[in-house]
Amino acid sequence: MRRFEMILPGSVKECVQALAEHGAAAKLVAGGTDLLPQLKNHLLKPGVVVDLSGVATLKKLTADKGLRIGAAVTARELERDGRLATGAYRGLAESGALVGSVQVRHLATVGGNICNAAPSADMIPPLLALDAEAVIAGPRGERRVPLRDFITGVRTTVLGADELLVELSVPDPGPHSGGAYLRHTPRRELDIAVVGVGSQVTLANGVCTKARIALAAVAPTPVHARAAERALEGQALTPQRIEEAAKLAVEAARPISDQRGSVEFRRHLVRVLTRRTLTTALARANGGQA
Amino acid sequence: MNVRKQAMTLTLNDELVEVLVKPYETLLDTLRETLGLTGPKEGCGTGDCGACTVHLDGKAVASCLVLALQARNRQVRTIEGLGTDDTLHPLQDAFVRHGVPQCGFCIPGVLMAAAALLAETPRPSDEEIRYGIAGNLCRCTGYTKMVTAIAEAAAAVPQGAR
Repeated sequence: MRRFEMILPGSVKECVQALAEHGAAAKLVAGGTDLLPQLKNHLLKPGVVVDLSGVATLKKLTADKGLRIGAAVTARELERDGRLATGAYRGLAESGALVGSVQVRHLATVGGNICNAAPSADMIPPLLALDAEAVIAGPRGERRVPLRDFITGVRTTVLGADELLVELSVPDPGPHSGGAYLRHTPRRELDIAVVGVGSQVTLANGVCTKARIALAAVAPTPVHARAAERALEGQALTPQRIEEAAKLAVEAARPISDQRGSVEFRRHLVRVLTRRTLTTALARANGGQA
Repeated sequence: MNVRKQAMTLTLNDELVEVLVKPYETLLDTLRETLGLTGPKEGCGTGDCGACTVHLDGKAVASCLVLALQARNRQVRTIEGLGTDDTLHPLQDAFVRHGVPQCGFCIPGVLMAAAALLAETPRPSDEEIRYGIAGNLCRCTGYTKMVTAIAEAAAAVPQGAR
């Protein structure tokens, strides 16, 4: 690796100060699972690396009328936290369990996955489906940006050089909400999504009051399948309506062909994974253990 | 650019150690090059192969992805601290009896992944064992003997032991 200085802040305030001082010359490191390979391959050449591992507040996960997920909460913590194991937050736990290997999941963080902003990021679709908000700290204090507006392109975000993501805030999804995340990969571990789909449905009196479907690896950024969401809201979720929504979700996908899959294959996967995640999310919203 | 080394302390295989590290070196580099613990190996250097697996605060991590200074004031265990000079850890014993290693390069990482698995899940199913070592690549052999040996060691490790 090229030489760099390291700054070891103990608080968000000290992080913001370090970024104010070093600006674009600085990179943040949390788990390092995305940053270290880029440093080793000389894709990034920071003069200063600011280590977030000593900032305790970034590691907190609070569940009380919604979730507050510190940006440095790890994929492994999402995978294993009992509060995410059923119902509304299960999709989030499923996405954490799919990242890398166990050795990577103990390091990789939610905030890192979001700020790295890969189109295939696994932990983003379930958070989009939960209408999460990004809490950002900077020299002028905190600001909040809906996650759907946070990522602006392949590996780019709204973060300024003097800002950092500190928390994901998830509003209370209500008592009858279910989530699910699925992805397709040729291998079961240590692979990158060909397509990922996170779905969330909320019910009242047997009718869907809110539906969210977020797609990964089919556009420059993760995207909502809005037409499909609208087709479900206000309806009873029959298998026919779910199938119709799955077809509509394909229209939100603008995939490319690459070594992982063709455009046609990815569009097919969007339909299949949307149907499956909606079906599972519905069962979970109804209190099932599916 | 002249970058100064920094002093840090960590608990390494149950001993408090003070060491000077460069800000841009990995924990794996520090363990191997400065502290002389060559059990953890550098395979890929990008967290894909698991040969560098160590325990950081009891959790299996890829030490090639951890900057040395991130391990300050934390607990690190390497393969050198799994058993003792006199007694092999039950996992090591099972690996020897089943003839698991061929070239041996992946084995320290596999053993550390397996030890972390057993600490969390003392009686894992075969599927849990396979997921527990899914982050470790072995290019000599299959994984069948590893799974057998880990299952046997799990049965031999008393509940609550590391």
